[in-house]
Amino acid sequence: MSTTHTTEVINPSVHNDLADLKPEISDLGLRRPDHSKNVIIDWMTTVDHKKIGLMYGAMALFFLLVGGFEALVIRTQLMVPENDLISAQRYNQLFTMHGTTMIFLAIMPLNAAFFNFLVPLQIGARDVAFPRINAFSLWAFVAGALVINFGWLLQALEMFGLFTASGATAGMNDFVPAMGWFGYAPITSTEFTGAGTDFWIMGLQILGVASLSASLNFIVTIINMRAPGMKMMRLPVFTWMTLIVSLLIIFAFPAITVALIQLMFDRVFGTNFFSVGGGGQPILWQHLFWIFGHPEVYILVLPAMGIVSEVLPTFARKPLFGYAIVVFSGAVIGFLGFAVWSHHMFTTGLGKIATAAFSLLTMAIAVPTGVKIFNWVGTLWGGQIRFHAPMIFAIGFVWMFMMGGFSGIMHSSAPADAQQQDSYFVIAHFHYVAIGGILLAIVSGIYYWLPKMIGKMWQGNLNIWVGIFTVVGLNITFFPMHFLGLLGQPRRTHTYLSGFGWESYNMVCTIGSYILAFGVLLLVVDIVRCFRSKQLAGNDPWDARTLEWATSSPPKVYNFAATPIVNARDGFWADKYGPENRKLGEVDESHGIHMPSQSWMPMIASAGFIPLGLGLSLMQAGVPFMGYVAILGLVIIALGISLWALEGPGGYHLHPKKESN
Amino acid sequence: MSQTESHDDGHHGLMVKNKKLLMWLFLGSDCMFFGTLISTHLIYRKLHPEEFDPTQLFSLELTSFSTFILLMSSFLMALAVSAMHKGEMKSFRRNVIGVIFFGLIFLGCQVYEFAHFMHEGLNLDTGTFGSTFYLMTGTHGVHVAVGVFWLISMLFYSQSGKMEAHKSAIDVEAAGLYWHFVDIVWIVIFTVVYLIEFIA
Repeated sequence: MSTTHTTEVINPSVHNDLADLKPEISDLGLRRPDHSKNVIIDWMTTVDHKKIGLMYGAMALFFLLVGGFEALVIRTQLMVPENDLISAQRYNQLFTMHGTTMIFLAIMPLNAAFFNFLVPLQIGARDVAFPRINAFSLWAFVAGALVINFGWLLQALEMFGLFTASGATAGMNDFVPAMGWFGYAPITSTEFTGAGTDFWIMGLQILGVASLSASLNFIVTIINMRAPGMKMMRLPVFTWMTLIVSLLIIFAFPAITVALIQLMFDRVFGTNFFSVGGGGQPILWQHLFWIFGHPEVYILVLPAMGIVSEVLPTFARKPLFGYAIVVFSGAVIGFLGFAVWSHHMFTTGLGKIATAAFSLLTMAIAVPTGVKIFNWVGTLWGGQIRFHAPMIFAIGFVWMFMMGGFSGIMHSSAPADAQQQDSYFVIAHFHYVAIGGILLAIVSGIYYWLPKMIGKMWQGNLNIWVGIFTVVGLNITFFPMHFLGLLGQPRRTHTYLSGFGWESYNMVCTIGSYILAFGVLLLVVDIVRCFRSKQLAGNDPWDARTLEWATSSPPKVYNFAATPIVNARDGFWADKYGPENRKLGEVDESHGIHMPSQSWMPMIASAGFIPLGLGLSLMQAGVPFMGYVAILGLVIIALGISLWALEGPGGYHLHPKKESN
Repeated sequence: MSQTESHDDGHHGLMVKNKKLLMWLFLGSDCMFFGTLISTHLIYRKLHPEEFDPTQLFSLELTSFSTFILLMSSFLMALAVSAMHKGEMKSFRRNVIGVIFFGLIFLGCQVYEFAHFMHEGLNLDTGTFGSTFYLMTGTHGVHVAVGVFWLISMLFYSQSGKMEAHKSAIDVEAAGLYWHFVDIVWIVIFTVVYLIEFIA
């Protein structure tokens, strides 16, 4: 590896001697779907982390557009006072599904797309530790997304007159979730909301299974699958952040899982966890939700910080300033993230001591975050900065994320928060973090890694316009919301009267949202142009630093022809420019590369979640036979997992030609 | 450097195999899961101390018996793991049958207990006590049932002759970890849900 730096590009569809291989017979006596000529079967049964990552990315981008569309309808409704574009109920549905979609179906899977594609490459592994569990995570995510959005489908059918809730389905009214993305009790009780809440509960539960299984897989991968010499403190920062986020997920998700089960029992079996009449306490939901919900905030943002920590050093042509402290700060943010949930509940009357403690801990999180910001600035300082597209968005991230951080510190003070609670000020804060922070970093990541993912290079300067429209658009949309909030406009209210001084601000916000949407549209156009691009990317188009750039673009199914031996942090950079003893080595793979077999089972097992989720939801609505449908779902899951275990992992050996590294 | 295949265990990681590490992490996550359920129960117990008096209902003799049975099943599970490591298939099967049998006894006790409690008037919607008690112990019961199902599958699989000490020991060990964990969770539940009620 240390000898070949030519940017040789190989047609991705030709994996040497892959075409000659015959599919094997599994332990069950069935033919494995390996080496299928049928592209659809190949993608549905794939266990390749790169294909799984691309599928995550494609689906997440789709849901990003869906969630964005929902936001545009919301902003259009709020453009002028007393607007009647949509009903209050529809408005509730839109903001609920906007939040749920963006968090669980857009940002988390976009992060998962990067985890999947990059982590094995960055650590010099062939795949994740459990390739079939990885496929299961993807398909469970798809099942959860379907269940959660099932209400929209019913809504569409109803609008075209193809479905009406009557007779056996009389209980199936109100089938789009409409209680806000954090589903506060007691709005979620059967008295106030209908089937939509059940779809939401079951959908989130399934998405939780997907996230948990993916996270367990990534922790094992990062700890156990590193290439020789890839010590923990040589891991790329993005991989480090993946590890921390995965740990956050496995420790934070159980709280929401239990809360959702309790809520489901309240709704389906009449228990009293959150119902005041039976002695339950709605505040318990808030605690359980935010014990999950606040780590979730860092689950969303830490990967973004990881992306930026990769992009800035590459385009400043300097090592990341203070690598160890950046990693450590990420871990501290993750750890403190578990200790601040009640800052979402300052106005619930926790008592002075608790409020003060949570206030203090929340302020403390600003320290490691600030450390990271200074380290990023330190990385740029004195660097040979190149303003390519990824760099533009990464710098945009640092600036815009800081804006969101400043208003975050304002919230951490409980007396100030009492004024800002449930107002547009909060909306402004977390959209600066979510769009100005996370989305810009993700766009930066897309510009940085898409050439690696598809082997083609960006064309033209559309990226500059994407940057201008998104950054300008988000500032025009969300900056006035600070003032709107301080002027008292409450969030989640479908319209407002004139005369409060809110009209012009709202008009500006709405105009800004269309500018932002146009920027996202341009991004989609640019991505399509990249796919159609004739210009090949080559192995290392950005002169980058980490291992994923040492292999071909797109990487072949086995990632590395020979597993690299890492002798430095930023191993690939050291290989190119470092001293002889820091260059990459090669593990002798003359016995061939072991590849896992493809499998139908992960998809079959996750397909069972659809009847399970819909069955339990509709059972609550009183639709007959739905209990049996739920049981059918459980049977499919059990069957899928059993056959999965019985078919055996399989696998075959590849002997790639050495020079085609 | 080691010449391991990529989907076996990594080049450079902990000295823990992938499957075992996965199970440990899952159990860590499961700790939070049961932690949430048990704390919900304890919080509501403290909020509504007069709502329900379980000392009239709980039968310490029965629950102590089933606790003892579950503990002994853990002992057999340890023997089964050890037998698998040594490649003694016959002993492995005997011990796994024992674990399954004891697990089923435990489940039987729980079913009896639930039926009895419901007959005595403690239902899912009986205040918060019924809700938290049944959900928590029921979730634990589901964990035991999944474990029993897992071990039964393993037992049948071992009959097929495809199970070999060198490659299946790790699977049995993972199942063992799970089983011990479920056992430990029960000890916590037995203490903080049952025994504590009898402290005057």
